[in-house]
Amino acid sequence: MRSYFELRRHPGLEWAGLALVAVALIALPWVLADIGTAWVRITNLAILYCFLALGLNIVVGFAGLLDLGYIAFYGVGAYVYALLASPQFGLHLPFWVILPLGAGLACIFGVLLGAPTLKLRGDYLAIVTLGFGEIIRIFLNNLSSPFNLTNGPQGITLIDPFRIDGFSFATTQRVLGQTLSSPIKYYYFLLAVLLVVIVINLRLQNSRIGRAWEAIREDEIAARAMGINTRNMKLLAYAMGASFGGVAGGMFSAMQGFISPESFVLVESIMVLSMVVLGGMGNVFGVVVGALLLSYVPEVLRYTVGPVQQAVLGRTLIDPEVFRMLLFGLALVLMMLFRPAGILPSALRKRELQARTRE
Amino acid sequence: MSAPLRDAAAGEPLLVADRISKSFGGVQALADVSFTIRRGEIYGLIGPNGAGKTSLFNVLTGIYAPEAGTFTFDGHALAGLKPNDVAERGIARTFQNIRLFANLSALENVMIGRHVRTRANVFGAIFRNASTRAEERAIETRARELLEYVGMSPQANTLAKHLAYGDQRRLEIARALATDPRLLALDEPAAGMNATETAALKGLLESIRRDGVTILLIEHDMKLVMSVCDRVLVLDYGRKIAEGPATTVQKDEKVIAAYLGGEVTLSLRRR
Repeated sequence: MRSYFELRRHPGLEWAGLALVAVALIALPWVLADIGTAWVRITNLAILYCFLALGLNIVVGFAGLLDLGYIAFYGVGAYVYALLASPQFGLHLPFWVILPLGAGLACIFGVLLGAPTLKLRGDYLAIVTLGFGEIIRIFLNNLSSPFNLTNGPQGITLIDPFRIDGFSFATTQRVLGQTLSSPIKYYYFLLAVLLVVIVINLRLQNSRIGRAWEAIREDEIAARAMGINTRNMKLLAYAMGASFGGVAGGMFSAMQGFISPESFVLVESIMVLSMVVLGGMGNVFGVVVGALLLSYVPEVLRYTVGPVQQAVLGRTLIDPEVFRMLLFGLALVLMMLFRPAGILPSALRKRELQARTRE
Repeated sequence: MSAPLRDAAAGEPLLVADRISKSFGGVQALADVSFTIRRGEIYGLIGPNGAGKTSLFNVLTGIYAPEAGTFTFDGHALAGLKPNDVAERGIARTFQNIRLFANLSALENVMIGRHVRTRANVFGAIFRNASTRAEERAIETRARELLEYVGMSPQANTLAKHLAYGDQRRLEIARALATDPRLLALDEPAAGMNATETAALKGLLESIRRDGVTILLIEHDMKLVMSVCDRVLVLDYGRKIAEGPATTVQKDEKVIAAYLGGEVTLSLRRR
């Protein structure tokens, strides 16, 4: 935050910087498309992970509630979209109706799953939320009989893309002599939503509500003695976090066109939590950096580990997938050693962790 | 501070405790404790270690539920209220083992105290409409006023945990005052303070009372208690053993026995 305020003293510099970032973000998909359309898709998924990480950051970073089942809300949002915009029930509602619905339902689930955990802390909270996350996935997996709601492990196919009147996000168009492919259309949409989500996060953090969450994380008993209704504030954190997950899930459904319970497994929850922790719990920009890093690096490795080994050794010694997890583990260990508060720690977390190491 | 409470209500009962009992396992922490705190007074709560003073605070502020007995605050029963409801009703407290939000600045600590008297919800926070912005400004202004009031303006941006011990105690008072209490319950505010700080604290307590807030004070510093309290309640082993003006209580034999260990010690003292 301090560097931001220093920037504020030179408003010209700040605006120039923002303009530069904006131009770069607008140009990005065209540059990536030249390398390969796959990279635009990867970028879109990375932005989805940013949504998830930012949502989880509200629960974990702001309110200090360790949630290991967060991906369930992503699943709820994804299935809401899939069921209301696919041949599964023959429903084809427009996306701007379904996304808020998905967010709302995820929000309700957030409150339902949050309510029983209100008195739990730390390890116990982690275990219970982990269980809840799995319960949702198992439901999705098994709700194919007696009434076929989710189509079970086969998942739901032929999900509608986003469509505004005649403008479909799924087709490639020629606009002003440029090829506007489907991933590029989604990219701009996602980018716009990401900006909104970041602004919401920043504003929540710096508000009466954000301060109440900080108080709960710092000292719950003192927070209650100061008149903060910790029950409502915790539920609010769960609800807000879950609704971000729900929106992200809906977009995931539309972009992929196919979803199955396999996309919402525990490892995904852990991945999102790692993004929050790696980036810097409680720091909105840190969390975005964490999400981007953990989304891109594995993909870069996927495309480089194999060919590099072929070129150097003449054969593939280590499977790229194995190598990926190896590096991932190493990165987390190194991070815990050298940057325990994350890449861009929130000013607050940094202070806490320094205090702990000094003690 | 709010308008001085120098009206007809002064002297009327503000808090009535009626036969409060609480035990932990086999230990009777509080047994049938009854007392009345009048508006505008500084009411001392003293007793040897383990007498049940802090337990009484915890029962009063809703952290524990009493096993028997009732508190009536300003004419309404406090039975079954959660700590946040108690704060909302107008009872604010500090803690014996300081419980500040250690990693937040002094100013933020006091701003959090305003939570219960402000209204902005999620939508206000996200859209930052005019009323939310005005409320945020008011919260900060009020928090700065309160820091000034307890003499901590220069430390507004210091993290709570980096403050000197005495300052942390004063910050806790400022944070409690931010909830606009009618009764301020202080749990050993002078603990760990040096003589100068204690003298300043005495001045602070008197000005808080002058500004219309009734004070319930647990304190071990007898000099402070005797000089600042209007009336004193003495607890020993969870029972009320004396109540009355400080000067009377000071001479009460049961109180002397409780503090000094009965006749043996007294005879030693006579020598």
